Amino acid sequence: MSAKTKFPVGVEAIAAKGWLSAHKWLIARRLSQTLFLAIFLVGPWFGWRIVDGTLAGSRTLNILPLTDPFVALQGIVAGHWPELTALIGALIVLAAYALIGGRMYCSWVCPINPVTDTAHWLHEKLDIPKGWQPKRHTRLWLLAMVLIVSALTGTIAWEVVNPITILHRGLVFGMGAAWGVVIAVFLFDLVVARRGWCGHLCPVGAFYGLVRAKPLLRVSAPNRAACDDCMDCFAVCPENHVITPALRGKGNDTPLILARDCTNCGRCIDVCSVDVFTFTHRFNDRLSVSNSDAANKAA
Amino acid sequence: MPSPSPMSPARRRFLTDTARMAGGCAVAGLGLAYLTTDARALPAEALRPPGALPESEFLAACIRCGLCVRDCPYDTLKLAELGFDGPATGTPFFTAREIACEMCEDIPCVAACPTGALDKSLTNIDDAKMGTTVLVDQENCLNFLGLRCDVCYRVCPVIDEAITLEVRHNDRSGHHAIFAPTLFADRCTGCGICEKSCVLPEAAIKVLPIRLARATSAEHYRKGWEERAEKGGPVLEGIIDLPDRLPGPGTDNLVAPGGYEPAFKFPGASQ
Repeated sequence: MSAKTKFPVGVEAIAAKGWLSAHKWLIARRLSQTLFLAIFLVGPWFGWRIVDGTLAGSRTLNILPLTDPFVALQGIVAGHWPELTALIGALIVLAAYALIGGRMYCSWVCPINPVTDTAHWLHEKLDIPKGWQPKRHTRLWLLAMVLIVSALTGTIAWEVVNPITILHRGLVFGMGAAWGVVIAVFLFDLVVARRGWCGHLCPVGAFYGLVRAKPLLRVSAPNRAACDDCMDCFAVCPENHVITPALRGKGNDTPLILARDCTNCGRCIDVCSVDVFTFTHRFNDRLSVSNSDAANKAA
Repeated sequence: MPSPSPMSPARRRFLTDTARMAGGCAVAGLGLAYLTTDARALPAEALRPPGALPESEFLAACIRCGLCVRDCPYDTLKLAELGFDGPATGTPFFTAREIACEMCEDIPCVAACPTGALDKSLTNIDDAKMGTTVLVDQENCLNFLGLRCDVCYRVCPVIDEAITLEVRHNDRSGHHAIFAPTLFADRCTGCGICEKSCVLPEAAIKVLPIRLARATSAEHYRKGWEERAEKGGPVLEGIIDLPDRLPGPGTDNLVAPGGYEPAFKFPGASQ
C-alpha cells in the first residue's frame, strides 16, 4: 500500500473547500437517516402519529401505505399473496426507487448504514487489515438463497435475521436482544471484512440494487479532466468499482456513474478537492467545458 | 466458434467460484432454514391477534410491521422482541394473563393489517378464535371448592354462551351447591379476559391454543341423535327396535315400580 493511500482521506478537500463543504453530503445523509428514523419514533415517543409501523411496512399520515418490496416478494414466494394495501405499498416503493436509484435506500434511509460506516471509520483509524473480501456479487447469491429458503420453508425467511428491520423495529417497538445483531454486524465489518456487510453480503441492498430501471438521480464526473489522481474518492467510496468507468472514461465516454452498486451517497463529491463530481440527472452526460476542450485537443 | 478448452483457466475459475458460492449459500441457507423452522414453535401462552391465519400461513403473510400493535387501543398486542419473547421475532402476540384482548367491535388490529395475515373476513369479533379457554385446574378453582367466586363467568364478553355455571350437588358439605364454570369452545373467542381476571395467584382458567385445547372427533363418528333430529325420523329404515332393558313394569332388573322380585334369592341376602 502506497504512502499516498495511507494519507487521511479528504484532507485536501477540507483545505480547499472548508470542513462543511467537504462533508456536505455526509451531513445531508446523516440528517436524512435521522429524519427517516425520527418520523417513525415520534409516534411511540410523543404520540405524533406521522408514520406508523416499521421499514418493513408502514402507514404515513393514516393514508399512504408503504411496504418493503423485498419482504413482500419473500411473502409471495412463501405462498401468501398479500392484500391490496401491501401490494400498493410495495409498488409505490418500487416505483420511487426505480426512479431515484434503488440503493439510495442503503445510504439515505437504512439504519444499519451509520453502524457499518462507524465500523469502517474505526477500521481505518485502527488500520486493521481488510480481511475477508468475498466477491461483490455474493449478495446476489444470498438474495437468491433467501428467496429459495422462503419458498421451501413457507416463511418470510430473511426477517428472522435481517439486521435492518430488527434494529428499526427494535428502536420503534422495543429492542430485546436486537443490539446483539447490531453489534454482530459492527464487529463483522470492523474485524472480519472491511465494508463486508453492506458492500458484499446484504441481500436487501442487492435487491434494491436490482430496482433501477432508469434511475434519474446519478453522480457524474463532468469535471474529470481536473482529476489530480489523489484517489480520495476511491478510498472513501463504499463501492469503489463504480467510479472507474466514469472517472477514467476517455473522450466522450459518459461521465455518469451508471453502475447499479452506486448508493448515491455523494461522499466522492465531498472528498474531491477539485470538484470533479456532482449530482445530476441521468440525461445530463455533458462534460464540463474545460473537459471537452481537453477531449477535443486530444482528438 | 472455438469451444473453450476444458483446461481453460477462466472456465476453471468460473466453475470454482460458482461451486464455492453455491456451497457457501447452501450452508447459509440451511442455517437460515433452521432459524425459520425454530421460529415456528409458538409458545402456548402466546396468543395471536384476532383473525390471524394458522401459524404456518401466518409466518408467510406477516411482514412484522407492527401496525396492528399501533392500532390496538388497549396495548394488548406486542411485537415479539428478539431473544426475550417466544414467538418469531417481530411478530404480534399477546399474553392473556398480562393484558387480555378487549374484543373491540371494529377490530382495529385486523383493519390495520396490510397483508391479510390478520384475515379481513373476520367481521364479527365474536367469531374470533384466538384460542380456547379451558378450566385447567378444578382442584383449585374456587367455584369447584364450593365458593361463589364466579369472576370468570361474570367478566366473559360472551357470558352464558362461552361460559355457563352448571349447578350440581356439593358432595363434600352434603347440603350445598357447586356452581361449576363450564366452557363451550364453539362460542369462546379466546380473548383471555377470564384468565386475566382469575383471582388465584396462578389462573385456574386459561386460554390455550386450539391445537392444545381441543380434541377432534374422528371423521367416521356419527351422532345418531343429531342426524335423527335433522331428518325427523329414524336414520335407517327397517331397523328392528328391540325392547330396552329399563326399570319398570315387565322387567326383572331391579325392584322397581312394577318390576317383579327375582325368582332366586341368595341365602342371607337381606335386601
